[in-house]
Amino acid sequence: MVASVTSLGRNGLYDWLIQRVSAVVLAAYSLFLLGYLVCSPETTYEQWSALFENTLMRIFSLLALISLAAHAWVGLWTISTDYIKPTGLRFLFQAACGIVMFAYVAWGIQVIWGL
Amino acid sequence: MLVSIYRYNPEKDQTPYMQDINIDIPEGKDLMVLDVLHLLKEQDPSVTYRRSCREGVCGSDGLNMNGKNGLACITPLSEVVKRNKLVIRPLPGLPVIRDLVVDMSMFYKQYEKIKPFLINDTPPPAIERLQSPEDREKLDGLYECILCACCSTACPSFWWNPDKFVGPSGLLQAYRFLADSRDTATNERLAELDDPFSVFRCRGIMNCVSVCPKGLNPTKAIGHIRSMLMQRST
Ligand code: SF4
Repeated sequence: MVASVTSLGRNGLYDWLIQRVSAVVLAAYSLFLLGYLVCSPETTYEQWSALFENTLMRIFSLLALISLAAHAWVGLWTISTDYIKPTGLRFLFQAACGIVMFAYVAWGIQVIWGL
Repeated sequence: MLVSIYRYNPEKDQTPYMQDINIDIPEGKDLMVLDVLHLLKEQDPSVTYRRSCREGVCGSDGLNMNGKNGLACITPLSEVVKRNKLVIRPLPGLPVIRDLVVDMSMFYKQYEKIKPFLINDTPPPAIERLQSPEDREKLDGLYECILCACCSTACPSFWWNPDKFVGPSGLLQAYRFLADSRDTATNERLAELDDPFSVFRCRGIMNCVSVCPKGLNPTKAIGHIRSMLMQRST
């Protein structure tokens, strides 16, 4: 058993599962948006903002946003443990990733809910 | 044929270097790479490498030949030589002791970690622990591993974290004991593998499958371990 306190779930299976599930959510969200744009090529501003005012769409967007953050965290954490060997530098990189991800989520919530 | 071979003698050389030697290959025979090493050694007795059984059973002559890991004794020249040139290097990612001989301690340490022996705390029967033919079949494709290290030293995840990632060879062996109907330590074994490194550092690159001289499939075994971990926790 290798201990690690900086990974998302502190457990390999959990991180792995998060990575898979978030990938599915992101794929579904991308396909949905793409499908929407293909089906209605002349989307007006009104239609577009109406879409994002729909509560279901807001929930879906938030889910995608959180999935993106979790997916990126697991991925970047893995990359940092592969390639950045000095502990201090690695921790700094991980902390920076964490702050950026948190900022995106907070900012994203503000945008999605039009707060 | 031109053979370019990795040379390093820490007592003499500051840094490793590649030595180019021309070798006359006898006509009409498809020599193995190990035969070429013997011819090399006749020319220059200081060339150092490991070998023992010379027929792909002992696993001591794992080498990197023209960029691909394999056993020198069962790799015919016709399979690896390109444009009449053969580049021979030690297995990548492990410390070189001398020329083609690498220090395998890290590899063995990972093997040791997975407790490569049957654990069974039930009282032993008078003669032996029996297994049904079906249960025995589950070990096919697992028990044949000869620990040559070709797979683990071809794996980028093992290169970056040889101290934390068990590696394809060790994981194949881990599954060999997880799958054994006579072993009762399944839960303890799985608990040891549940961290982000031991198993989950495998990214499915599958270099292990492409190099294994025994035709084994460590990636598949790793997939089975993952499903077992999943079943245990959901
Ligand atoms: S799985 Fe194949 S390549 Fe890996 S150590 Fe065993 S025999 Fe060698």
